[in-house]
Parts: sequence; C-alpha cells; structure tokens
Amino acid sequence: MEIHRDDEASKLGMWLFIFTELLLFGGLFLVYSVFRAKYPANFHEGSLELSVTIGSINTIALLFSSMTIAMALSAIQKNNRKLSMQLIAVTLLMATVFLFNKYIEWSTKFEHGLYPGSPLMPHLERGDLLFFSLYFFMTGLHALHILVGMVLLTMCFIKIKKGTLTFQKYIHLENGALYWHLVDLIWIFLFPLLYLIT
Amino acid sequence: MTGTNKKEYVSYLDEPGKYKGIFSWIFTLDHKRIGLMYLYAIIVLFFVGAILGLLMRVELIAPGETIMKPQTYNGIFTVHGIIMIFMVVIPGLSVIFGNFFLPILIGAKDVAFPKLNRMSWWIYIIGCVLAVASQFMQNGPPDTGWTFYAPYSTTTGTNVIMATFAAFVLGFSSILTGLNFIVTIHQLRAPGMKFFNMPLFAWSIYATAWTQLLATPIVGITLLMLIAERLFGIGFFNPSLGGDPVLFQHLFWIYSHPAVYIMILPALGVITEIIPTFCQKKIYGYKAIALSSLAIAGVGFLVWGHHMFTSGMSNQALWFFSFLTFLVAVPSAIKVFNWLATMYKGSIDLKPPFLYALSFIFLFTIGGTTGLLLGSVATNVQVHDTSFVVAHFHYIIFGGMGFAFFGAIHYWLPKMYGRMYNIKRATIAWGIIFVGFNLLYFPQFILGIQGMPRRYYDYLPQFQTGQVISTIGGFILITGLIMMVYNLVQGVKTGEIAPSNPWHGTTLEWQIPSPPSVENFDEAPVIKANPYDYE
Repeated sequence: MEIHRDDEASKLGMWLFIFTELLLFGGLFLVYSVFRAKYPANFHEGSLELSVTIGSINTIALLFSSMTIAMALSAIQKNNRKLSMQLIAVTLLMATVFLFNKYIEWSTKFEHGLYPGSPLMPHLERGDLLFFSLYFFMTGLHALHILVGMVLLTMCFIKIKKGTLTFQKYIHLENGALYWHLVDLIWIFLFPLLYLIT
Repeated sequence: MTGTNKKEYVSYLDEPGKYKGIFSWIFTLDHKRIGLMYLYAIIVLFFVGAILGLLMRVELIAPGETIMKPQTYNGIFTVHGIIMIFMVVIPGLSVIFGNFFLPILIGAKDVAFPKLNRMSWWIYIIGCVLAVASQFMQNGPPDTGWTFYAPYSTTTGTNVIMATFAAFVLGFSSILTGLNFIVTIHQLRAPGMKFFNMPLFAWSIYATAWTQLLATPIVGITLLMLIAERLFGIGFFNPSLGGDPVLFQHLFWIYSHPAVYIMILPALGVITEIIPTFCQKKIYGYKAIALSSLAIAGVGFLVWGHHMFTSGMSNQALWFFSFLTFLVAVPSAIKVFNWLATMYKGSIDLKPPFLYALSFIFLFTIGGTTGLLLGSVATNVQVHDTSFVVAHFHYIIFGGMGFAFFGAIHYWLPKMYGRMYNIKRATIAWGIIFVGFNLLYFPQFILGIQGMPRRYYDYLPQFQTGQVISTIGGFILITGLIMMVYNLVQGVKTGEIAPSNPWHGTTLEWQIPSPPSVENFDEAPVIKANPYDYE
C-alpha cells in the first residue's frame, strides 16, 4: 500500500488525545474539590506542609521548558538542526530538574512517614490522610506524564540526529511539543491546588 | 475463500502481504482484516459470556442451591457482566463494522492511523487476556458485579485489581479507536463527500467516537484510584477512611452511562442502513437522524444520576436527572418515527437483516419505554435493583445492540466474505432467537415488579414459575444462536458466491466487488448528494 502522510490528521489526533488527558486529570480535580469542601481545615494544614519554594522553582522550570520546546520547533522549521537539538536538550534538562525536586519533596514526606500505605497514615485525621493521598496520587500521575514526555522528546532528538526529522517533516516534534505543553498546563493547575490555596 | 468475479482485482482475503499465515493477520494494517479479527475475538467472548449467563439461569430454576455455591454465583454474574459489557457490547459494532465499513462508506482506503488501529487491537487482546486471567487466579474471580461498587470492591479479597486493570486497558483501546475514527471522518472523506452526504452509519460512529473519547478517561482514572486504594489503603471511596462511596458511583456512571450510548448508537446506525435498503426507499428525515445521533451522545453525558436515585442525592438533583433522562427519549423517538416513515409505501423485502431490524425496533421500544419507568423517580424507587432493571437493560443491550449486531452481520456478510448464507435457515434461526429472547427476559419484568431483587442467588417460592419460564427461554435462545452462527460459518465456507450488490443497496460499499480489494476503491467513487437515492 502506498505510504500515506497527513500531518493535519496527526495533529488533530494529538489534540483529541490531549482532550482525553485533560478529562483524566479532570476526574482527579473533581475528587479533590469534593474532599476539599468536606475537609477544609485539614486541606489547609496539609498545603502548609508543602514547600512553596520548591513548587515555585518547579513551576518556573516547566514554564521555561515549554518555551524552549516551542523554540526547538521554530528552529527545526527554519532548518537549524543543531539549535533545535540544543533546545530539546535544555527542555530535557529542565524536566530532570523538575523530577529531581520532586524526588527531594517526596523523600522528605517519606521520612516523616507521610506516604500512602505507611504505618502512620491510618492514624492521621481523615482529611489529612486524603490530602496526602491525593498529593501523591496527583503528583505521581503527573510525574509519570513528565517521564512519557521526556521519552517522546528524546525520540525526537534522536530522529533529528539521524536526519529523519527535518524542516520538511517535523510533525513528530510538533506533537511532542503539544504533549509537553499539556504536561506543563496540568502542573499549572496542580501547583495552586496543592501548594497555594490555604 | 476466493470470491473473485473480476480478473484484475485481488480480494483483501487473498492479498499476499509481507507476512505469511497467521502473522499476515496479526501484523496487518488493513482495516478490513482488523475488523474481522475483532469479529472472531468478540464471537468467542460472546459465547463465553452467554454460557455463564445460562449457568445463572440454571441455578435460578429452583430456589436454594441447584448447581453452584453462592460465592460461585457472585463470581459468575460479575464475570458475565465484565465480559459482556467491556469486551463484547462496548467495542462490538464499532470495532467490527466501524473498522470494516466506515472507511468504505466514506470512500477512503483505510482509517487515518492504520498502525494505531492495529495497536488498538493488540491492546484490546491484552485487556481480554487480563480480564479472563483474573477469573482463574488464586484469590478467585471478582464478586463485586461489573460495576465494582465501593466500598465492597475496596475490601473484598477477590481479584478486583486485575479485573479493574483489565477494564482500564480495554478503555484505553476504546479511546484510541474512537480517536482514529474521528480523525478518519474529518480527514479522509472522499472528494465531494460533505458531512451531510455521509451514510448514517458513519454519523452514528462519529457520535459514538466522541463519547468514547470524552467519557472513557473518567472511568480510567476512577479505576486507577480504586486500584491505588486497594494497594495502599488510601480511602478515596471507603467511608471508614474518610472517603465517599457515593463519589465512586458518580464517577463510575459519568462514564458508564455514556457507555450505554457507545453500545447503542452504532446499533441505531446499522438499523438506519438496513431499513432503506430493504424498503428500496430513500431514508426519511436524513438530517434529523444524523443530528439525533449527536443529540443522544450529548444529552447522554448529563443523565448518569438516574442510576443513583436511591443512593442519596438532593431533591433538586433527583428531578434534574429525571428530567434530562426523559429528554433522551426525544432523539431516540425521532429515529424510530423516521424509520417507520421510511417503511411507509416502501417495497419491503423480508430478508433476515430486515427481520432483525424490525425486531430491533420492537424490542428497543419495549426497552426504551421501560427505561422511562426507571427514569421517573417515583417508580424507580420501587423497582431499583430488581430484576425489572435486568430485563430493561437486556432489552436495550441484547434486544437492541445484540439484534442490530446480528442484523449487521447478515446484512454485510456477503460483502465481507463474498459468499451468501442460507437465507431460509437464517430466517428460522431469527424466529427461534426472537421467541427465546422474549421468553427469557419478559418474565423478569413481572418478577421485578413483584419484588424479585437482582443478583440474588436464592428467592421465595412464589417467583419460581417466572424463573422457570425465563430459564426455558434461555435454552431456546442459545439454540437459536448456535443455529445462526452455524449457518453463517457454513455460508462463509461453502455458500454461493455473492454478487457485489445482493440487496440492491445504494451506499458506497455496494459499488465495489465482494470481497473488497485491499485498497477498497480501484477508481474514485461516485458521491451522491443523498447516499440513499433510490429514485
């Protein structure tokens, strides 16, 4: 069968996939609002336990990475392979910074015994238990999306290097960047919900 | 299987591909072969589910223990539900006939993403394997019912994690298929085919695909939360840990009510294809039917609360959900009236596909009107969780989607395999299935009103007459089903060579040879302004 290529279709497909991701997290936001309304005091205390500093650094890192990946796309469209690869590398670096900070945050919580399944958790107040469970569930699922995004962008990096992703055929990077913006966008919602609203 | 009636073309069934033997199927990118693979998987799973259903019927033939222990019964009704809902009726029509005929009906060579389509099938098979495996693992089959209601599902010792994960995987496959179909319809329509020139089956697949795409993620995240809850004792849905079991029901039905429309919309589409062909008459109210599909899909998102009238909701929520539920009846009735108007003064040909379509309308109407009884709050409280509900949704799912499925396979089999089944035998099988179906499920309406609860292993002696009639109906039904499948298999193997347009249909699939070539269209198809133009 002849090779059929339709970039419009691929982009439309990616947008539809992004809808499903938004709804996936939408379900979590719904659960979050229900329990926030039920246990406002515990959610207030819980969010004070989280480090706004680390959260802000992570927000800046992700926003910056969204910019660099958009620039990487512009670079490849202008046939500047080297710059594009450098910008993808910066994006991946920012993602690593994000995950490293997440690791530090999570490990402090682990030291305090605040993680799902720990011996301490069932003895907490119900609202605290739900806040920290939601915290781990939401940031964990988001971190998983970061990892998937990193794999996609690494594949784009390799493709540019091998010369299969060029200024005439850059749909993979375009879709990868779209996905990366989604990951960023979800964090923009998670950050205030978990860290800022007190 | 060589149905060649032209010399220069090679049917998709005989095309020598890159791989040989079974791998030419597993690694195929051809939407028609993928459709057939779904067909075989779903037929096998359907019979597994049907036999489980029959075992339940045998158990219920007399009060007390008949052939199994109560725990086995709990496992069997759960497994019956999981297999039938997640693996048979939700994918059902859309993955088999959607895959096979959607590209042909809109004049395309394949779906938009053939590789993604193949991957969806693989993911589907992985989901099926996981689900079936969960039945045989150490802790015993899940016993929560297919709805996995919390908090019981968070505490029972059975294999709930594996079964819910399987449902998650199957949902992922469903999302990818829906995504593929939406993009296919947007991007690959033949030149000259606008949205309102599309056959109505394509319209119904379009509405279905949006529902699949937008509703499935919600159940995905819900099932993940349930798994996390079981693994780590989180307590989202367990009241003793501060959670809310009613929240689980909301999240579950936000998906699972639209899922009902994922099942039934393609069925409505199939019936809309069959009726004009066997009446040799232009479909009445083309635009009304097309838009009513979208209306059903849209309103379908807003009615999930009617599954929970007795679970605890505010009075405002009760009447609101009840009102919206009544609203869904409007687009459904638009379709039924348009079908009847299409038949009026048509030259009706009572071939098996049309018989299935007629019985579909009959059963769907019974299922729909009893649905109104359930949608109204006052009556719902009386019959909630009784076998009245069981009868209602079997009339919709089996009498609706199932009969449409049988209609579709009798309608399109000559196109898919290039051979014709025995029409007389098919008609007899239809008669047996129709009688068996009504004997099986109609008594359950009466039992339900009299107070027989659903999912009960034991019952009071006064219900026995109805239960016995129902069980007899079950055996008649399965006899008819076996006869139907035997007839179709014989038709595929040794039936007469079918002409390319045996029913004198007007849509695009009848303009190409049977079975189609790999590329479907050797020359660009002629697009008519109205796909059902018989004048």
